[in-house]
Amino acid sequence: MGSRPGLSCSVTLNTSLTPEQRARFQDVDQINHLLDSAKTVAMVGLSSDRQKASFFVAGYLRDEGYRVVPVNPKADTILGEKAYPDVTSIPFPVDVVDIFRPPQDVDEIVNQVIARKEKGIDSPAIWMQLRIINLPAAERARAAGLTVIVDKCVKMEHGRYRGGLHFAGMNTEIISARKRKR
Amino acid sequence: MSDRPAPRKFGFETRMVHAGHVPDANTGARAVPIYQTTSYVFDSPDYAAQLFELKQYGNIYTRISNPTTAVFEERIASLEGATGALAVSSGMAAQFISLMTLLSPGDEVVASSHLYGGTVTQLKQTFQKLSVKVTLVDPHDFAAWERAITPKTRALYGETIGNPRGSIFDLEKFAGLAGAHKIPLFIDNTFATPYLCRPIEWGATIVLHSATKFIGGHGNAIAGVILDSGNFDFSRFPSIAAPSPSYHNLRFFDTFGHYGFLMKARAETVRDVGACVSPMNSFLLLQGLETLSLRMERHVGTARQIARYLSEHEQVAWVAYAGLPSHPDHALAQKYLPKGPGAVFSFGLKGEGAQVREDGKRFIESLHLFSHLANVGDVRSLVIHPASTTHQQLTDEELAACGVGPEMIRLSVGLENVEDLIWDLDQAFHALSRSIRA
Repeated sequence: MGSRPGLSCSVTLNTSLTPEQRARFQDVDQINHLLDSAKTVAMVGLSSDRQKASFFVAGYLRDEGYRVVPVNPKADTILGEKAYPDVTSIPFPVDVVDIFRPPQDVDEIVNQVIARKEKGIDSPAIWMQLRIINLPAAERARAAGLTVIVDKCVKMEHGRYRGGLHFAGMNTEIISARKRKR
Repeated sequence: MSDRPAPRKFGFETRMVHAGHVPDANTGARAVPIYQTTSYVFDSPDYAAQLFELKQYGNIYTRISNPTTAVFEERIASLEGATGALAVSSGMAAQFISLMTLLSPGDEVVASSHLYGGTVTQLKQTFQKLSVKVTLVDPHDFAAWERAITPKTRALYGETIGNPRGSIFDLEKFAGLAGAHKIPLFIDNTFATPYLCRPIEWGATIVLHSATKFIGGHGNAIAGVILDSGNFDFSRFPSIAAPSPSYHNLRFFDTFGHYGFLMKARAETVRDVGACVSPMNSFLLLQGLETLSLRMERHVGTARQIARYLSEHEQVAWVAYAGLPSHPDHALAQKYLPKGPGAVFSFGLKGEGAQVREDGKRFIESLHLFSHLANVGDVRSLVIHPASTTHQQLTDEELAACGVGPEMIRLSVGLENVEDLIWDLDQAFHALSRSIRA
């Protein structure tokens, strides 16, 4: 569902990015397009601890029909999926690389994603979760032709545009008089 | 990337009628439907388990969430500039649930002494039973607040516009004080509504409302709401940050971040206390919100004219309306409430002791348009004598601290014709002077 593309409301809460950075890395249409088109999400730093935020996000994405690929050198399988030690080791194309690692680890993750693109394996979007902000790495990925989202939670954004976040009493900031898409 | 216009931050009035409600895919219903249901069918057993573990968004039971109520919650959150909202059964429930979510036995709260009498009773008596100590401090004595804060203080608490003396809480100053001590500032914004003042913009953490008042605005539904700025770091607060035994040791602040407090309040405190709002009442509150700016403009415009009329009346000893230059908080009102400091205020009849108490009753009995009842924020004008009603449970000392004397009459100015309201007050003063002469 979600409002159809062309949503024009400004989504500004709960981010430390400036309006200019938001325009580059939190574009409403880009996020919506990504959520609609992506099928496989590699989660870098997905924890096997069932009460960690990353585990909540992974379970949610799986419920919503995405294939979640754990990237965690300390785990064999998480949520029944084989875990890979790093992005380079994933032997099949992914659509999104969702990052749950501290900002200083993001540079290397971005290097690996760019290398995958150069080898023609895939061209995934790079998604840095809430408070995981590495803007130089984001700019580098963007310059390499990748879609980049920064300082957003993929679960909350999915919930924002599909209606779930609203049911939790949250301010989605969506303003639209158009009927939701089926 | 597309031909859409640049993202727009829509204005208050637009959000008043649209926020929180996108017409649904199946019916396209333009008005907000009333989901008068207790419960919701699960997609599958696995999905139900995910819902109960808070891993999936969705509805389980109307005690915890409801689609009509969710529209109200998002709309008021949008108007207050909050990250989210939790609607509950009354304003008193909003206070209780928000503080119960935050506090543990042994904790302390420092609160303004200029609060609604019911709030004072809840803070001083009900919370005392839970071993929470609340210290009431004059909102004009900043040094006394600094002295009252101890290492056990977990929150500061005030009302944007104090009830019933109309004092204005210095939001920015107290937000600074709360910030310096790394504790949240709770603000009851009932009398102002987000149209007149948005405390989060001045640094408040949690905003509370008795939605029964101007938000609903028509005197037909009891409800309250808790809003979170989403800007406060609760990691030092075990009540929000520590593992929760009722959710497999879920750490609400760690997992939900800026909406950890509200998730905890909804999924634990309201779940356990049960003070939920009814879907029908949420619908009535939404009807109220859709005309909030229009009503508040008229409420404050008429209140200002009535306050001026009373301040010039020879039978009136004083008028406590911060919109008048004579009020000690006039400058604060101009800073925080430039559109006007609400439509609830009190005035004192001339005279003393038992005689003025009798005059107060006689005055109220003589009114034809003002309704004598214990509420504020109705489209109709209301009147009450606090010393014998809303504040009667307070001790003499607490009454004095709240500034409630036997001569005090409180008005809630409604939307009637202003000349008719002044006519009504005028004829009641005449009745009073006739009875005094007789």
